Amino acid sequence: MELLSIAVKAIFVENILLAYFLGMCSFLACSKKVDTAIGLGFAVIFVLAITLPANWAIHHFLLAPGALSWIPGVDLSGLDLSFLNFICFIATIASMVQLVEMILDKFFPKLYHALGIFLPLITVNCAILGGSLFMVEREYGFVESTVFGISSGVGWLLAIASMAAIRKKLRYSHLPAGLKGLGITMIMTGLMAMAFMCFSGIPLDAKEGNPPVPAKAESSQETPEQTN
Amino acid sequence: MASAAKKLLMDPFSDNNPVTIQVLGICSALAVTVKVDTAIVMTLALTAVVTLSNFVISLLRNVIPSGIRMIVEMAVIATLVIIADQLLQAFLFDISKQLSVFVGLIITNCIVMGRAEAFALQNPPKESLLDGLGNGLGYGIVLIAVASIREILGFGKWFGMSLPFGENFMGNGLALLAPGAFIILGLLIWAQRTITKHVEE
Repeated sequence: MELLSIAVKAIFVENILLAYFLGMCSFLACSKKVDTAIGLGFAVIFVLAITLPANWAIHHFLLAPGALSWIPGVDLSGLDLSFLNFICFIATIASMVQLVEMILDKFFPKLYHALGIFLPLITVNCAILGGSLFMVEREYGFVESTVFGISSGVGWLLAIASMAAIRKKLRYSHLPAGLKGLGITMIMTGLMAMAFMCFSGIPLDAKEGNPPVPAKAESSQETPEQTN
Repeated sequence: MASAAKKLLMDPFSDNNPVTIQVLGICSALAVTVKVDTAIVMTLALTAVVTLSNFVISLLRNVIPSGIRMIVEMAVIATLVIIADQLLQAFLFDISKQLSVFVGLIITNCIVMGRAEAFALQNPPKESLLDGLGNGLGYGIVLIAVASIREILGFGKWFGMSLPFGENFMGNGLALLAPGAFIILGLLIWAQRTITKHVEE
């Protein structure tokens, strides 16, 4: 139930793109055609599902405050290496992407060719690094991180696929010259984000036996509870 | 100042603005612009990172093997971001909490990587430094513009100061939420592109 709530939250209520603005660059650049958008979306799901658990393990066993205390013989419980999070996460992501690329090339050449140049591009997609950083900030466990990773990816796929479909239609509309391209895409994204906000009314935490979690636990400054 | 240097520094402010024309670094331009003070801190952090990373990468440009240049750039940028993050946590802890993950996300901010790839790898250190500074500040202008609109509409304040709207002013909550950010930036891009006559094909 807890996991389902994380998943619904990451896909709809706090969509990684529409509520946290992560992965905007590739969202804007690759949403011109529906099939490339979907291909990229699946690649993002794939990479998020792999890197989040990997980064969770790195954070928990190597970098978190006192994480190294499992090493026998020396007392390292006072050591806090969490400032190395960024560089380790990005290195993991880059190498995981490389690894995924090689595995796909060897065993699933069809999928590999379908994703094409998008795989290496994913390294610099902020949704991937953002997922890892959110995981640390919200203190998710291993299973929760995996679910969060997959469902963030699904949310991203949903957003980019629908945007690509909208842009396909938009091509035939007469717009003011300055609004073409980026301008109208941003406004459409805004309208989409507004539609996704409707999901925020779903009570996910209030179930029997479990007291509802206060909304202030959310880390973002963007949640409606805090801005009011 | 020589005109070439001036051009490098001033171009990104409007004609070649990183956010509105080059379409780089949109993510953080939206996420940290609820209030002007976070926008300014983010601008300073990003400007410092992009200026120094351009400078360092330009110094290294003749020794970086082209096959692994991305990894080298990543390492340089990530190191600079860690320093920026530690400094923010030490001296501006409240604001660094509000910026949450977005300081770390400077690593994947396309402006830093984009300028390193497009400019610093081909140009000497002094020009790269100016280019980085110009792009950082050009990004900052957009950030501060969006943040000003959002803070005025949402809270009726600017930079934490109350504006004389009277008691009947109701903050517009939408401006503070994600959709408001998207739409405000979209309109800003429209205005800016109409002025500079930049047309996307």
